[in-house]
Amino acid sequence: MLKISDLHVSLEEEQKPILKGVDLELPAGQVHAVMGPNGSGKSTLSYVLAGRDGYDVTAGSVTLDGDDIFELDPDERAVNGLFLAFQYPVEIPGVTNMTFLRTAMNALCKARGEDEVSAADFLRMVRSRARELEIGSDLLKRPLNTGFSGGEKKRNEILQMAVLRPRVCILDETDSGLDIDAMKLVAAGVNRLRNPTRSFLVITHYQRLLDYIEPDVVHVMADGRIVETGGPELALRVEKTGYSRLLKKVA
Amino acid sequence: MPVQKSGNGGLDAILAAVDPKEGTGWHGLARRDALNRLRTMGLPVPRDEYWRFSGPGPLIWPIEGTSPETTRPPVDCTMPLHASAAVRSVFQETDCLRMVFIDGVFSPDRSDDLVMANVDIVPLSEAMALDIHWSRDLFGKLEADGQSPIARPLAALNTAVARNGFVMDVHGQVPKPVCMVYLRETDQSEAIIHSLVKIRKGASVTLLENGPGAARLNSVLEIDVEQNARFDHVRVQGRDHDRVAATHQFVRLARESSFRSFSMTVNGVHTRNETYIALRGDEAKATVAGVCVGDGEFLHDDTVFVLHDAERCESRQVFKKVLGNGSKGVFQGKILVRPGAQKTDGYQISKGLLLDGTSQFLAKPELEIYADDVACSHGSTCGALDEDSLFYLMARGITRSEAQRMLVLAFLEEAIDEIEDLEIAADLRDRLAEWIARHSS
Repeated sequence: MLKISDLHVSLEEEQKPILKGVDLELPAGQVHAVMGPNGSGKSTLSYVLAGRDGYDVTAGSVTLDGDDIFELDPDERAVNGLFLAFQYPVEIPGVTNMTFLRTAMNALCKARGEDEVSAADFLRMVRSRARELEIGSDLLKRPLNTGFSGGEKKRNEILQMAVLRPRVCILDETDSGLDIDAMKLVAAGVNRLRNPTRSFLVITHYQRLLDYIEPDVVHVMADGRIVETGGPELALRVEKTGYSRLLKKVA
Repeated sequence: MPVQKSGNGGLDAILAAVDPKEGTGWHGLARRDALNRLRTMGLPVPRDEYWRFSGPGPLIWPIEGTSPETTRPPVDCTMPLHASAAVRSVFQETDCLRMVFIDGVFSPDRSDDLVMANVDIVPLSEAMALDIHWSRDLFGKLEADGQSPIARPLAALNTAVARNGFVMDVHGQVPKPVCMVYLRETDQSEAIIHSLVKIRKGASVTLLENGPGAARLNSVLEIDVEQNARFDHVRVQGRDHDRVAATHQFVRLARESSFRSFSMTVNGVHTRNETYIALRGDEAKATVAGVCVGDGEFLHDDTVFVLHDAERCESRQVFKKVLGNGSKGVFQGKILVRPGAQKTDGYQISKGLLLDGTSQFLAKPELEIYADDVACSHGSTCGALDEDSLFYLMARGITRSEAQRMLVLAFLEEAIDEIEDLEIAADLRDRLAEWIARHSS
């Protein structure tokens, strides 16, 4: 489904290489975790996949079902089924959460040539998904992410995912800043969306999240490359021994 | 005393046209006083402190000077009265009493009967022949008060010569808004409108205003809000692209009274809106807010002066300007707190959103405080659309142009939020969204 091949990326302004040949294949229906120390390039990978400005792809390719995603603008990638749950969701005062969700949903329908969902049906659907994530209707009426707590912002990202139902979900450190209860809620939200056609790339520092979202494959990233790939036991090993020991071994 | 300035050729021409009989009637003395003020002040020139950011040229040049190239066919003459499926007018669905002016002249045929509970409305042209004793105490008086410390010559000119406008006496809670519709019918029309609003003790009214008025409009609105009375005002300055306007509001607020005024400007090549608010009674509240969206040949200047002259009063100024394609926005806002105006709460914010590198936002916030127990704050920002916000919206499938429109509207929201009537606010929001959609394609 998502295929990353020998991806090299530099920061546009500094021409500083961040990703130095990433290879990763994410088949339909699987959950892959990407772990790694600070500065290993995990967040860069998520931003490059979503299409954020400021990065130069100097070599390699990324395809979604065989199509080159670098040919597409961020909005086109999104309507093609790519979704990034942001590490730092952006606060937008003046746009309510509900207006934002509805506009995004309509954009999706329009791109697919489908009819817009009726306002009443949409509201009902959003409310029920929000309830599962313990997001109250007051949070839906408030300006997008504005004044939300860290946990509310992350749950709101998962709500967007549950409403838009993308094919490939990239979670960029969705566990950071969450207490254990919030993390369980977020994980349950993700698990509800797991199905044979949807894939997840779960980027995290810590193994803890993976207790709740069980990955099929774990990748360890360091210095812009994937240095080790294994099953769920790899995450446990990283947790026990730390990254430095693992990296020493690689070096 | 300001120095008499040269370059008053325009003024001489204007004054030569003033009818000497103007000096009679209840308004005669006020007009003569205004003429004297104007002669002393002279017309504004670009080097004047409060005219440096937006030169007065188009507001005072002889109207014949409008070159034929810039004259376009009149727009929207019938629009506000006849529902059109293509372009709906603001306030069209608001249940209100309408009073229509064409090129500044009251049109009884197009207006509703000026009959409503708790309010007496008379066009100024008729009121001049009547003896309305309270109007003698208001006409030109608030304007004269508002000439210090900053001169407003175009308002004095207005008082001296205006023959059109309305006189409104509010003596209770007015059940529906009163809506002034200012149509422009001819290319080079010049309207000089002077209106008076008196809101008596405990009374309240909502005044709506819509339309360009004329090719060039000079308007003065004097508003006297008595104890516990309330005035709400929402103004939309019309769709005409090539119109020019200089407007003034002079407001006097008595104890525990409330004043709210909001202006929306999405067209017009040159607009200067001046507001002078005097909080004269304790615990009075005043809000003046506005949005403008400029595209191309567009200059919009909000010049606001708030005088705190009593205790425990609150004032708010909230202005947002979206500027693109070489347009220019100006904000000059001052809060003056007199000695003894303790517990004053003064707030002022002005923000410019520049859609490209060719547009400008110039802001001059000023605070002058002579009391020691006050809370005053002011802020002004200017910037482009936030790239992180754009990316976030696009990452959810929203196209760049739609994301930009959403962020422009979101930027304006802080000012629109100052309108208390939620239906009117929604109406303006819809109009802004339509306008922005038309101009962003």
